[in-house]
Amino acid sequence: MYKLILATRYLLKRRITYFAVLAVALCVFIVVVVMTVMAGLVGEFKQKNHDFSGDCVVGSESLVGFPYYEDYVKKLDASELVEGVSEVIRSYGLLSLQGRDRTSGVEIMGLDPARHSRATGFGDTLYHRRDDIAQAFVPSYDANLPGCILGIDLALERDPNGEYAYDSSPRRIGFSISCFPLTARGALAGAGTALANTKTFYYSDHSHSGLARVDDSIIYLPFDEAQALCGMSGQTKRINAIHVKFKPDVPLKAGCEEARRLWSIFKAEKANENQAYLLDTVTVQDWKLYGRALIAAMEKEQLIMGVMFGFVGIVTVFIVLVVFYMLISHKSKDIGVLRSIGVSGFDIIELFSGFALMVGLAGSSLGVLGGWQFLLRINSIERWLFEHFEFQVWDRTMFAIGDIPSAISPRVLAMIVLLAIAACLIGALVPSWQAARLKPAETLQVNQL
Amino acid sequence: MSNGDVILKAERLDKSYRMGATRVEVLKGLDLTVKRGEFVAIIGASGSGKSTLLHILGALDKPDKGAVSFEGRQLGRQSGRELNRFRNKMVGFVFQFYHLLDELSVLENVFLPAMASRSILGWFGCRRRAKRRAMELLVQLGLGERVKHKPYQLSGGERQRVAIARALMNEPKLLLADEPTGNLDSATGNGILDVLEKLNKAGQTIIMVTHDNRIARRAGRIITLADGKVRN
Repeated sequence: MYKLILATRYLLKRRITYFAVLAVALCVFIVVVVMTVMAGLVGEFKQKNHDFSGDCVVGSESLVGFPYYEDYVKKLDASELVEGVSEVIRSYGLLSLQGRDRTSGVEIMGLDPARHSRATGFGDTLYHRRDDIAQAFVPSYDANLPGCILGIDLALERDPNGEYAYDSSPRRIGFSISCFPLTARGALAGAGTALANTKTFYYSDHSHSGLARVDDSIIYLPFDEAQALCGMSGQTKRINAIHVKFKPDVPLKAGCEEARRLWSIFKAEKANENQAYLLDTVTVQDWKLYGRALIAAMEKEQLIMGVMFGFVGIVTVFIVLVVFYMLISHKSKDIGVLRSIGVSGFDIIELFSGFALMVGLAGSSLGVLGGWQFLLRINSIERWLFEHFEFQVWDRTMFAIGDIPSAISPRVLAMIVLLAIAACLIGALVPSWQAARLKPAETLQVNQL
Repeated sequence: MSNGDVILKAERLDKSYRMGATRVEVLKGLDLTVKRGEFVAIIGASGSGKSTLLHILGALDKPDKGAVSFEGRQLGRQSGRELNRFRNKMVGFVFQFYHLLDELSVLENVFLPAMASRSILGWFGCRRRAKRRAMELLVQLGLGERVKHKPYQLSGGERQRVAIARALMNEPKLLLADEPTGNLDSATGNGILDVLEKLNKAGQTIIMVTHDNRIARRAGRIITLADGKVRN
């Protein structure tokens, strides 16, 4: 009982312990805020990638694509594990705004909007046609014109607050799109003036996926139009990818294994076909593997952050260690007195470990409370900083994020608190152990001199 | 004197300290016997080893050679746990500089030894009895009105009386006092000696260390330490 009383009094009455509590609180505060924001950004980024890709992508990185896909799609559609399948054309082209000289490179994605929305989160990224996805490529101002959907950053301007200048309905804008069709062998299919296929499409909607790489470079075209434009609609039609969504209760791994199994059967069936060699370039990847180039970079950043904050934890250990050394050197008389009334060395370790536990609990509680309050207001603080000092943590004209993520994960929070307490206990361990080894006669004698 | 009357016996105690490159021999084959109910004063010049001897007798320190027996049991043969129990139950220490814990109130300082020997549950079982005993001691020593004060709010004499109350809390068989009046003025010091005399008359065995002959004369027996040995 005396350990509890003394540890509590040391915590409340010694000014130096306030510094230890403050140090722990600051470290916890920083870690809570940064880890929450970072985990939120990574989580959001992964979710957006998942929404963009669907659960699984069967595709080739080659621009030539692969043939006979209709038979494989039939197999997927017939599978009990599959909920949605979408065939996709992916290529590159040149985009010119009608009536202007400016031409820029663009990534083309040909798809059927209704089928693609069943396989991915595409439908939710639309603005004007969100409630009528099948009509996404039909411009509202003239249903007879061929429509196209632009990545939002190709279509709209964004102000520094991250707000887009939305129109109530799409403006009539024509885009001339040129593609360079390839043969099944990968050579340019045309020559001279027929080198490129060019067609004009009209702005019917925009897509906001939340992925900067997608929103500022992709133009979506109707599947058949894109296939023709890319020279993939000949006698043997080709596509570049098939996006697949599995039923909700199907584990990702099991779904991908089924897609692979069906692909093996399909490939064996087509082994004697003319362009069967193109099937060798096709891989079956889950959405994480498909987007690994970007996701891995984000996860690495998160890992580096974790390591950096590991160092913050080590600093906490040292701060606590120094404070405890100072405190114990002040308290050597108390230790001598306690030993003189029969308290054991182990009890002394327990006393100071209990004290460290209290410092850890008090510091991490304050840090968590402060971090939580800060995160609740992080977006309004950022807005205030921008309004008054034009300082913005993430420039919304460059980064495809809306608000800064601020949803605290209880699991992360518990882990941070436990680590903070562990850091305090580790920091207090050596001084406590040394305190327990103090010879009472020496401490009492020294204090008498 | 029968063996049954002897409460404490020290035989051929040697103790030395290393001070830099030299070794200082403090106690050299010291023998000492204290009977139950005695009030013994140990006097000697500064550095003669009085406090060292007191610490060895109270198991706060160990001799290099020799043995200390308390009620016939050798302290050197006891385990760490038994020695902790010995310090908690059998002896009470009074120090020159009181050594009260500033974070605790007067009452808490006094019942600290009772609390130290019990677990949380054990303490809740005997808390009221311990507090009553602590209060009785403080009232006996004239500190009934100071129980809620902190040590730094008391005078030197009051603090030393609190230290005596703490030493007596577990009803020890032996009270060890290291210069109990060394930090007090003469009148206050006399008051403390009166308390010790009164305790001795009630049967308490006391060993007191002092460098002052005048104070030592208040004890029943005076032992002089010189050259690491008992002179008389």
